[in-house]
Amino acid sequence: MLKPDRDVGIVGYGAYVPRYRLPASEVTRIWNDGAGGAPVKEKAVAGLDEDTVTMSIEAARNALDRARIDPQEIRAVWVGSESHPYAVKPTSTIVAEAIGATPNVQAADLEFACKAGSEAIVAGIGIVGSGMGRYVLAIGMDTAQGRPGDALEYTAASGGAAFLVGPAEESVAVYEATLSHVTDTPDFWRRAYVHYPSHGHRFTGEPAYFEHITRAARQLMAELGAQPADYTYAVFHQPNTKFPQRVGQMLGFTSDQIEAGLLAPVIGNTYAGSSLIGLTAILDEAQPGDRIFMVSFGSGAGSDAFSLRVTDRLIERRARAPLTRDYIARRVEIDYATYARYRHKLQMK
Amino acid sequence: MSIPRNWRTRQQRYSLKAEVCNTCGNTIFPPRDVCPHCAEQKQSWTNLSGRGEVYSYTTMYNAPSGFEEYTPYTMALVKLSEGPMLTAQLTDVDGNGVAIGMPVEMVTRKLTQDGDEGQILYGYKFRPLLRQAV
Repeated sequence: MLKPDRDVGIVGYGAYVPRYRLPASEVTRIWNDGAGGAPVKEKAVAGLDEDTVTMSIEAARNALDRARIDPQEIRAVWVGSESHPYAVKPTSTIVAEAIGATPNVQAADLEFACKAGSEAIVAGIGIVGSGMGRYVLAIGMDTAQGRPGDALEYTAASGGAAFLVGPAEESVAVYEATLSHVTDTPDFWRRAYVHYPSHGHRFTGEPAYFEHITRAARQLMAELGAQPADYTYAVFHQPNTKFPQRVGQMLGFTSDQIEAGLLAPVIGNTYAGSSLIGLTAILDEAQPGDRIFMVSFGSGAGSDAFSLRVTDRLIERRARAPLTRDYIARRVEIDYATYARYRHKLQMK
Repeated sequence: MSIPRNWRTRQQRYSLKAEVCNTCGNTIFPPRDVCPHCAEQKQSWTNLSGRGEVYSYTTMYNAPSGFEEYTPYTMALVKLSEGPMLTAQLTDVDGNGVAIGMPVEMVTRKLTQDGDEGQILYGYKFRPLLRQAV
């Protein structure tokens, strides 16, 4: 179990979801003659002028609006994503410049499939918990791509969240502890210069998603002496609707506990942003004293589990920026042809 | 845009970093050496709210080089609440519902890119207020 010397929490949080939605029925219409079920209702799609940089900037500004701190006091800006716009050239420096955090700041891009955002949070807890820096901005954001016709095309979505990690005495929610479970498990990958990822089909379930999440979750609860019933909310990585529901059930959480953070049905899988944006939706409605359990999952593979306790600062601060459901409600439905244009699936030259 | 110009103007493009004239008190955007209102030289940095309203607009169907991908798109003269007027693209509007006087807010978006291998240019655009758009 990882627990810093000084207590650390979330000083500000912010979400971002682009406004376009591709209904799963459009993917079914194009690739399966309209027949068969779908893993989500619809997914969020970035517009032509949006990418991981622009979405990270907006989520970061929302986190700063809630925290009302001087961005010059941020000591690190870390952006976790598998869709950084440049292969070489940091996303994080652009975000840091846009929010006014440069120049005395650590800045790096993290990559661990869907776990890169929670990895940034754990690293931020380390920096703040050691006293090296007062605030760290940790972001999980993606414009995920699925191969046309592949099962991932239903779910690979755009969006994510930013968290300002800082001292517990300024926080809206305090980290009680975190614990990670990581192994070399080849369930999903994308090779260099390749546009779309490959995956191990059913292998992505039992030995990957369920194994890592349940082990990290059970070990953290055991070391904390906690039970699922001690938590008001739980949120897990959401590659589809069913997996987080099933893993919650396996761990002993009820559907009431996971409902608030379960966004995959209406925005899809936002990869590095997935469990993080679920947490923002929970913070949008949680009450002081509530405990929140969060477990991310990234292919390749690993999970970070977190236990949080909400403070009374949350009520005042959450109204300072748009709620996650404000972004979800800002919905413009598109058809598959518009989706193909917006996600650059048309060869123009 | 050349690499030096992109670099030199990054803060005003990403976050509307502006100046206030120490002599006449007017807000100046984009930042410059001499105040366009009183011709004095002393200015201080300021951050703008990003809020404003559409003064006028037009829809682009024939775009200049580098912007073809985004057609049709809407260009607007935006009158900022602090006073300056600037030209910017409107985003998240899809050509619908734009009107003179419409309140807008600044967002940082991708402007263009220098081919498949060159730099990506980010900068300010304006969209309808998020909370009114819901």
